[in-house]
Amino acid sequence: MASTTLRFPRFIGRLVLGELAHVGRFGLMVAELARGLREWRIWLPRSMSEAASVGAGSLPIVLLIAGFAGAVTAFQAGYQWQTSLPVYVLGTLITETIILELGPVLIGLVLAGRIGARYAAELGTMRVTEQIDALESLGRSPASHLIIPRVLASTLMLPVLVIIADVVAVGAGWIGVKQVLPVTDWDFTYGAQYYWRPFDGWYSLIKAVSFGLAIGLVSCYMGFNTQQGAEGVGKSTTAAVVTSSVVILLLNTLLAKILLQA
Amino acid sequence: MIELKGVRKRFGEQVVLDGVDFEVREGETVALLGASGTGKSVLLKHINGLIRPDGGRILVDGLEVASLTRQKLAELRTRIGYVFQNGALFDSSNVFENIRLGLSDETKYEDQDYARARVTECLRLVNLAPEVAEKFPAQLSGGMRKRVGIARAIAGAPKYLLYDEPTSGLDPVNADVIDELVMRLDRELGVTSVMVTHDVRGAFRVADRLALLADGKIVLQGTPEEFRKSESVVVMAFLERDFDPTSYAA
Repeated sequence: MASTTLRFPRFIGRLVLGELAHVGRFGLMVAELARGLREWRIWLPRSMSEAASVGAGSLPIVLLIAGFAGAVTAFQAGYQWQTSLPVYVLGTLITETIILELGPVLIGLVLAGRIGARYAAELGTMRVTEQIDALESLGRSPASHLIIPRVLASTLMLPVLVIIADVVAVGAGWIGVKQVLPVTDWDFTYGAQYYWRPFDGWYSLIKAVSFGLAIGLVSCYMGFNTQQGAEGVGKSTTAAVVTSSVVILLLNTLLAKILLQA
Repeated sequence: MIELKGVRKRFGEQVVLDGVDFEVREGETVALLGASGTGKSVLLKHINGLIRPDGGRILVDGLEVASLTRQKLAELRTRIGYVFQNGALFDSSNVFENIRLGLSDETKYEDQDYARARVTECLRLVNLAPEVAEKFPAQLSGGMRKRVGIARAIAGAPKYLLYDEPTSGLDPVNADVIDELVMRLDRELGVTSVMVTHDVRGAFRVADRLALLADGKIVLQGTPEEFRKSESVVVMAFLERDFDPTSYAA
């Protein structure tokens, strides 16, 4: 009976300690990244090639998703349309929905899967095959060789990909809405510009940068702290995608509250 | 000189090192023997600070490894070459890049001509052709990967070389090649070496002194002759399991 009574508090204690250990290790990794920034000769060229790889590799899926998302947004807007409103409002609705929300969030979530899984699997495999130990044993910093280039690449490339996605999705929405409602090009562009504020573009970019940073940091952390062989790599890859996605949704809510409600 | 004094390490409930005293003098080759899972690799990783001890002291050239700053530890590591059990080669880089990363001096690392010449020299030292530099680790055999791992470890001209099971997973012929390579490098480069192994035959060939790790402690540390004459039950059981030590009488 006594052992049953103790089991639950012990379980909670272990859980809390485990989470605190994650926070501590994550903090140490960020501190390590800050220290590694001095070694720009090492991380700069690696960041460039990583960014090129992430950008070029993600472009097809980004274009595909943006195209479909834009078209579906237009079709659903058409489905819910009330004839009492002027049709140029559709231009506003589609453009703002895509730029403020769909573009950054959808691309962020997809890239959390694509880039996040890749980072965690790469670093996890390097951990379990002692490649990270080997780097350290050569007196080299894993932060400047492995983590900074990946975090920078995702942070820099996500805004670029989101801009491309926004443009493609708005274009697809423009074409799509013309298929379902009698909207002219003039109506669409007038509506898109009527409520447009430059801050909307900045808001989309701020979200993209935040999501890119979150994907990079979370995935690298998960991969870097992989344990227990192939099974560990699988676990850390899954954890990287799930945690990055949750962090993106949290950041999305937080940024909307801070930047749009201020 | 490498000294371990009362080193203790546990992972969870499992005590791996329980007060290890171990010493490696300048210029000698010491083979650290022990059954699988006794903590030989863990002990080796303590020497270059890849694992921190729970207690005890680890001194390399008088420097206490566990209390070094990050920068001092990185500097110390440039004096210690580490050969990993499975090579631990960076699989996204070719052999040239792998060995080049072993150049601890950043100026030399950036100098393409120097790096190219040094990589070729290191490949020669481990009996590999210069053309291997362009291959990727996945294109190499197990023995070649081990040799490239050694080439990377010696690229920065270290004072110490730590080998983690350099012959494990190799056939007897390739194992002999690696043993001879270790002896030749010791001779030609004048390095101080620690070789973790459970290959008793190879250890007797290569090492000046041997140490046996069992139950978290060094049971015996001495010359091959002292091992042969030892009447310790643990030593005798370990040696007899692999070979008859009398057949390796000097």
